[in-house]
Amino acid sequence: MIATLLKISWTNLKRDRVAQMLAFLLPIIFFSIFASVFGNQSGNSTPRIRVAVVDEDGSDLSRRIVAGLQAEKGLRTRTTVDGDGKGPVLDRTSAEKLVRDGDVPVAVVLPRGLGATAAAFGSAADAPRVQLLADVSDRVAPQMVYGLLQKVAMTSAPDILMQGGISQFERYAGSLTPEQRSAVKAWLPRLKPGNSDAAPASTTASNGVFGIGVDTVDVMRSKDNRESLISFYAAGIGVMFLLFSMSGASGALLDEVDSGTLDRVLSTRVGMSGLLAGKWTFLSLMGIGQLTLMFIWGRIVFGLDLFHHLPGFFVMTAFTAAAAAGFGLMLATAARTRAQLSGMSTIIILIMSSLGGSMFPRFLMSETMQKMGLVTFNAWALDGYLKVFWRNAPIVALWPQLLVLTCLTIVFLSAARMLARRWEAS
Amino acid sequence: MDVLTITGARKRFGDVIALDGADLSLRGAELLALLGPNGAGKTTLIRAIAGRVRLDSGEIRLFGTPVDDRRTRPELGIVPQELAVYPLLTARENLQAFGRLQGLSGRDLTAQVKWALAVTALEDRADEPVKGFSGGMKRRLNIACGVLHRPRVVLLDEPTVGVDPQSRERIYDMLAELTSAGVSLLLTTHHLEEAEARCTRTVIIDHGRVIAAGTLPELVDRTVGRHRLVTFRVNEPVSRPPRGVDIAPEDRRLLRARVSNVAQDLPALLAAIGSQGAEIEDVEVRGPSLQSVFIHLTGRELRE
Repeated sequence: MIATLLKISWTNLKRDRVAQMLAFLLPIIFFSIFASVFGNQSGNSTPRIRVAVVDEDGSDLSRRIVAGLQAEKGLRTRTTVDGDGKGPVLDRTSAEKLVRDGDVPVAVVLPRGLGATAAAFGSAADAPRVQLLADVSDRVAPQMVYGLLQKVAMTSAPDILMQGGISQFERYAGSLTPEQRSAVKAWLPRLKPGNSDAAPASTTASNGVFGIGVDTVDVMRSKDNRESLISFYAAGIGVMFLLFSMSGASGALLDEVDSGTLDRVLSTRVGMSGLLAGKWTFLSLMGIGQLTLMFIWGRIVFGLDLFHHLPGFFVMTAFTAAAAAGFGLMLATAARTRAQLSGMSTIIILIMSSLGGSMFPRFLMSETMQKMGLVTFNAWALDGYLKVFWRNAPIVALWPQLLVLTCLTIVFLSAARMLARRWEAS
Repeated sequence: MDVLTITGARKRFGDVIALDGADLSLRGAELLALLGPNGAGKTTLIRAIAGRVRLDSGEIRLFGTPVDDRRTRPELGIVPQELAVYPLLTARENLQAFGRLQGLSGRDLTAQVKWALAVTALEDRADEPVKGFSGGMKRRLNIACGVLHRPRVVLLDEPTVGVDPQSRERIYDMLAELTSAGVSLLLTTHHLEEAEARCTRTVIIDHGRVIAAGTLPELVDRTVGRHRLVTFRVNEPVSRPPRGVDIAPEDRRLLRARVSNVAQDLPALLAAIGSQGAEIEDVEVRGPSLQSVFIHLTGRELRE
C-alpha cells in the first residue's frame, strides 16, 4: 500500500519540473545568495567601507591619520569630491553632502588644531575633536570607522600622542627631571612609525584610553534609528509582497483562458492590447493601495513619519506599483498554467528580493553583491524609498530610480503583450 | 438567404489537419446543427468563424463581409463550450459586464439585462454570485451573455452539455425564441436526438471536411434509406430464420429485418417466424434516425 503511494508521489514529482525546482534548486540558490551576502566567500568581495576624509588641520598628525586610513584594507577612502583623486579637495560641507546622498556612509573630519592639541587625548574640554559625519541608521559603518580611526591614530602617530601626553603630565604633575626628559627623548623616536626599532603598537589603543576624541554626528534628519529601519522594512517587505500579489492577481488571466472567458472577451470589441491595459491599470491601482496600506499601518502602529514624506512616497509608490503590475502580467503571460506561474513567481521573486535588498539591506552587502542587486526591480524601488524616507531627498532627486522603473514598466508590458499573442487568433 | 458562408476552410496545427476544405452555409433564422465525432474539426470551425482561429486558406463571410473585419463582430454572438462567466460576479453583474464590452450602455443595457434574466429564468437569483449556481443555471447564463447584444448570428459550442432535462428544455426554448426573432444559430452537439428534434438542418463534419448537409429526410435518403428496422424477440433461439430475417450476433433470440412498408411486410414476417415454432415475445420497429445516419457516415470506430 505504502509502496504504491510512494510510487505515485515519486512519479508526480519526477514529472513536475516546477516542484523539483522549488524543492531542490531554490534552497541551493538561496543558500548561495545568503552565503555571498554574509559569508563574503571570495577575497574580491570583501566589503570595504567607503569613507570620505576631510583634513582641515593639515598637521603632521592629521596627515599621518589620513595616510593611515588610506592604508587600511577595510576602508575605501576618498579625499576629493569626485573620488579617485579627481575634483576639488573635500571640505566639511561637500563631505556631509556625500553622506546625505548616500555616496558614502561615513565622513571623517579632522578639525583644525587637532595636531596641536592631540596630546589632550580628547580629554581637554577645549580640544578639537574628530567628527564622524554619519548616517546613524547604518549601525555598522560608523562603528567600524570609529574603531579603525582609533587604531590608525595610535599606530600612525604614537610618538606625537606620547609627546603631547607627557606635556599634559608635566602641566598637572610638574616637570620631568632632566634624567626623565632625556629618557623620553631617547624613547620617542622609537615610537615613530617606520623606525626599525619602533615599539609595537600598544594594544591598549583599541580600548580608547589613549585614543583621540571622536564625536559621531548624525547628518541625516534627527530621527531615531528605529524609525529608519521601519521605513526600510515597510518598503522592503512591501515591495516583495507587491510582486507576489501582482503575479498572483495577474494569474486571473490564466483562469480566464481556462474558463473561456478570455475568448469571449476577445470576441467583443476589446482587443488584447485593451485587455492588458485594463488589467495593468487595475493591478497598478491595487498595488498603490497595497503599499499605501502598508505605510499607513507603519504610521499608526510603529510611528513611521509618513506624512512628512507624502509627495515622495506617492511618486515612488505609483511608479513602483506600475512596474510591479507590468512584472506580474509578464509572468502570467509567460506561464502556461496557474501552478507554473506560482512556482515560477516564487522562485524569481524570492531571488530578486534577496538580491535586491528586500530581506537584507543592500548597503550592508559587499560591493559585488550591491552591484548584482541593481539588476533587480527591488533594488531600484527600495533605493527610491530610502531616498525619500532616509535622506529626505526631493522628488527631483528620484529621477534615476523613476527612470529605471519606467523603463522596466515598458519592458515588462512589451514582453507581456508579445507573450499574449499566443492567446490571440491562432 | 445565406447569412454565413464558409468556403474551402483549411487549417493545420503542426501535423494535425483540423480543417481540410470545409464548406458550410447558414441560412437566415435557422437552427443548424454541426455534428461530428471528437476531433472532427467542429470547434476549430466555430473558432474560425468567431475570429479566434486564422485559416490557412479559405474564406468565411458574414452577411457578405469577411469575419476578420471588426464590423462583423457586433453581428456575431459566441457561446463557448466552457462556462465563460465570472464566478465571483452575480448573474446581473456578468450580464452587465459582457453587455458593456459589447457596446451596450444606459437604458438599452438595463433593458437587455432584464430580458436576459427573464429568458434564462434567473430573475430570482440575479444578485447571487454565479459560483453557487447549478450547472444548468450557469449554462443558461453562459448563453445569455453571448446573445445579450442582439447579434444576428449566434455560434453555440455544445450549449447543453452536462445539464438536466429541464434546463435543456429551457435552453432550447431560448434558442427557439431567438430563431423566431430572426436570429440564425449554429450549434455543435453530441446529443443527436436533440439535433434531430430541434434543428432545422444538420451538417456532419469529419476529418475536417463537411461530408453531409441537409434536413434529416434528405440525409436519410442519401445514406441509410427510408426503410424501418424491425427487431423480434423470440422465446428460444431459431436455427434457420426465414428469408430476409437475420439473427443478431449478440443474442440468438433476437431477429432483425429491414422493411420498406411496415403495414404490408410486418404481418408476413410475423407469420414466417411463427411457422418456425418460435413464440414472439416482443416486436420493435425503428425508423431511420440521425444516429443511424451519423454512424453510417462516420463509422463505428473510436476516434480517440
